[in-house]
Formats: sequence, structure tokens, C-alpha cells
Amino acid sequence: MPPISNTVPPLSAPVRRVETLRRERAQRLRRDLVVFGGAFAVALALSLGVGEVNPAKFIEGFPRLFSYIGRTAPPLDMAALDASLAEWFWRWNIWSARLFDTLVIAFLATTFASLFAFGAAFLAARNLVPRPVSIVVRRLLEFFRTVPELVFALIFVFAFGIGPFAGFLAVLVHSTGSLGKLLAETVENADDRDLEALKAMGTSWIPRVRFALVPQVLPNFVSYALLSFENNIRSATVLGFVGAGGIGQEVMTAIKQFQYTDVSALIVMIAALVMVVDMLSGWVRRHLVEG
Amino acid sequence: MRNARHFAPGYATRDHAALIAANRHVLWEPAWRKLLRYTAIAGFCGLVIAGLWHIDATPQRILPGLTRLFMLLPMMVPPEPGDFLWTYLYAVLQTIAMALVATFAAAIVAVPVGFFASRSFNRCAPCRIILRRLMDIVRSVDTLIWALIFVAGVGLGPFAGILAMAFKDTVVLGKLFSEAIESITDSEVDSVRATGISGIALIRFGYMPQLLPIMLSHALYFLESNTRSATVLGAVGGGGIGFWLVDRIGVNDWQEVSFIIIMLIAVVIGIDWLSANIRGRVIGSAGHIRQ
Repeated sequence: MPPISNTVPPLSAPVRRVETLRRERAQRLRRDLVVFGGAFAVALALSLGVGEVNPAKFIEGFPRLFSYIGRTAPPLDMAALDASLAEWFWRWNIWSARLFDTLVIAFLATTFASLFAFGAAFLAARNLVPRPVSIVVRRLLEFFRTVPELVFALIFVFAFGIGPFAGFLAVLVHSTGSLGKLLAETVENADDRDLEALKAMGTSWIPRVRFALVPQVLPNFVSYALLSFENNIRSATVLGFVGAGGIGQEVMTAIKQFQYTDVSALIVMIAALVMVVDMLSGWVRRHLVEG
Repeated sequence: MRNARHFAPGYATRDHAALIAANRHVLWEPAWRKLLRYTAIAGFCGLVIAGLWHIDATPQRILPGLTRLFMLLPMMVPPEPGDFLWTYLYAVLQTIAMALVATFAAAIVAVPVGFFASRSFNRCAPCRIILRRLMDIVRSVDTLIWALIFVAGVGLGPFAGILAMAFKDTVVLGKLFSEAIESITDSEVDSVRATGISGIALIRFGYMPQLLPIMLSHALYFLESNTRSATVLGAVGGGGIGFWLVDRIGVNDWQEVSFIIIMLIAVVIGIDWLSANIRGRVIGSAGHIRQ
């Protein structure tokens, strides 16, 4: 009986080739990891320095944070729940009026932004208009969505005076920028067979867009508009920081004057509004997608 | 010729009236639906008008405001940093640093949060539901409000801004991670579990290979959005370029304002480009997840 060999037979040429490639790939991956990881570590270390993050701050800051949270706890007394709730939400009538302003700002801004973005989307789509037009409209939309709402709000407060109107304009401009981009992409991705057919018939530009593209993209448009409504509600809550209307003014006063329980009451009210709006808008969007 | 007319009158002549007359059966709509449609449109327009009235969008406010706005534009050119070029550059660097540190911290902390909030990992339904509700509240409140609270809690400076962004992003990323964890394929996890390992090792070898690309992709999107948030945190004392922006608007130095706005746009576009690049390079095929 021949002895059983326990040495590995020599590898065939193709297997050796694959093994070499595999080893090289692993080496390359490891090198990339070292290079990218190293670069990231350096960037992070620099950022910690520039961002003024250090252990002393953590040790000092965290207990203060927890005591802050502790103080915002509502003065709820289970025996007299309604009385203590009334004490917690003592300014509820003013707060709900300001929250209503916030809702109105977001509603109006979304409505007008949808109209403007609807127009801009077709002028920004590369498959519909000459290149220079689409480039100009795209750059403009990019400018609108890159500059933060708060900056627009500051400028509009300067021009139009303190009040929700400046906030409405700020959200409107920003939201036109972001909505316009999404809609332009939808238009570009739409099926262009109908468009070609109408072009072949010799139809002019407006009816071509109206009958070939609008029916296709309208459900998406409405869905995006609702999403932007959800976003705009959130943005409208902080416009009051710079005098542009809504609940923000009350929030800032409460925080700056250390009215701890007011802060928690306001957060609860804002969160409730945002969640209700999200829920309704999500429900409508689901129905749009299904039906 | 007769045949063509029978097929679609007005087709060849582009006679729209005839085309509509021939296709009345398609375009016809019952009276009650027409009424409903017009009522809905009228109701919506009524809401918009009432809203505009509510936010005081009167010609007396709009016309002088527009005049002031157009007076502002020539005051903004040419953009100039004045004597503060290095101050502004450092503030921009700080803005980027804040976004980087906050995103990194949030991405790390969000991993355990995501596991605790996921159905496949946390068997205690009531704890999960309470955690998710708390997360919803944090999520509905804008970063700027959290920044104001953290400034009140730990004092002025970039540290407060970083904490605010990290806090909110931990929650939002935690939710996204928990959804990712719930949606991964179980068979892979089960095959790793079958080797007999559990706990941390199971997470490392069973879950992480599938989750890591998704998590990285989400984290990169948050780097982009944090860069945008970080630009305005300074408005409430949270560090970064926002402080100077508000300050310069306050003293009506519009040339410097436009310089800062241009810097801010450059940073946002730069980080978007970088993040898209990294996403494409490191994550490859998983980069398209989300959106």
C-alpha cells in the first residue's frame, strides 16, 4: 500500500495566477485603508482642535446638561393633573397662536414654492430647453437651496420688516430651490416616448410639455411637494430666532430666560405639530402612490 | 382622406376644436365631479388668500420691501472680506470641523442606538416603542433649537454646536440604522449564528458586513446636511461662520455679508462633491441606497 502523501500538490498555473491577483487586491485594499483612514484620522484630530472639543469640556459640560434636562421636567402632580398641566402649558393660547403662524408660513411657502418649482423644473430639464437656459436655471436653483433659510430670513427681515411675511419669503425661496431640483430630475427621468410622438406631430413646446410630461410627473410632483411641506414646518419653527415669525420667538425667549418648563412645553407642542403633519402627509402620499 | 378624417378629425389640420368635439367621450366628466373639483380649487385658493392676509402680505409691506431689497443688491457688490479675511477663513474651517466631529460622533453612537431600536434585536416591545417615541420627539425639533438649548446648557462656542448636531443626528441616524438592521437578509446572519458565536462577535461577522456600506452612505449624507446646519449655528452662539454672518448683517456691512455667503456656498458645494466622491469610491454599488 503506497504511503498517503500529506504534502499539497503543486498549484496549477491558473490557480497561481488567481492567488497572486487575490493577494495583490488584498494588499491594495489594506493600503487604501491606511491612506484613507490616516487622512481621516488627521482631519478628525484637526477638527477636534478647531472645534474646541476636549476632555475638560466634556467633564464640565455633561453634568450641567443633565441638570438642565432635570430642570425642564414638567411640574406634574398626579393628584391634580389638570391643574399642573395648566401650569405647565400656562401660555398655551399664545403658543398655539404662534404655532398656527408657523403652520401658515409653511403652507403658503410650500404652495407658492410648488408653483415656482413647477415652472422652473421644465426650464431646468436638459432634455427640454437649450443648454444655456437649463444651466442658468439650475445655477439659480442651486443658489436658492444652498444659502440657508435663516440667511434669507435675516435679509428679508431687513427688507420687509419683522413678521411672518419675511419668514414666508425665506422658506419660499429655499424650498423653491430644493423642490425645483427634485422636480427637474423627475422631468429628465420621465419616459420620453410621448414627447417624441408629440414632437413628430409638430406640436409646439407648451402643449408638448402639457400633454406628454405633466400627466407623467404630476403624482411625483405632489408627493415631493408634501415632503417639502414636512421640511418647511420644521424650518418655520426656527425663523422666529431672527424675527421672521412663528413659534421661534417664543422658543428663544424661553431658552434665553431659562424658563425650563416652558422649554419642555414648547418642545412637546412643536413635536406634536410636526408629527401630526408628517402623519397626514405620509397618509396622503401613500394613497397617491397606491391609487 | 375620408379614412383619415374618420380616424381623428382635426389631426392633420391641428384643428383643436374639432379634435375636442371628436373626443368628447374621453374628456366628458360628470357634473358632480366637476363641481367637486371647482369647489376644491376655490377652497384651496380661499385658504391661500386667508393665509396671505394672516401673515400681512399687503402691498404696503411688499412694495417698499422690494425697493429696499433692490437697494441692497448694489450694496453687496463687490464682495469683500474687509480686514477679516483670516477670521472668516478660520470660522469656515471651524464650521467644517464641527460638521465632521458631529457626524463622526453621531455615526458611532448611533450604531448601538440602532440595534436597541430595531425589532430584530430588541425583543422588549414596550422599551422599543418608548425609545422610538422619544426619538420621534428629538427628530421633530430643528437642530437650531437644540443648539440654543445646548448653548444654554454648556455655554457659547463650537462645542455646544457640535453637541447639538451630534445629539440630533444620533437619533435620526439611529432610526435609519434600525431600519437598515430590520431590512437585512436573515439567512446570512443565521449562517454565521450556526457557527456558534453570539453577542458582539455575531454583530461583527453576521450583521456588519451587510450594514457597513449602508451606514457609511447614510453618514456621508449627514456630513453634507451637517455642513449646511453648521453654517447657521453661529447665529445662536454655536460656533462657526454663522456668528460673523449675523454680526455683519447687524452692522449693515453688506459687502462682507456677500463675501461670507459666497464662502458658505463654496463650502457646501465642496463638501457635497467630496462626499459624493468618497461614497462612489469606498462604497461602490451600495452608494445608491437611500433616495
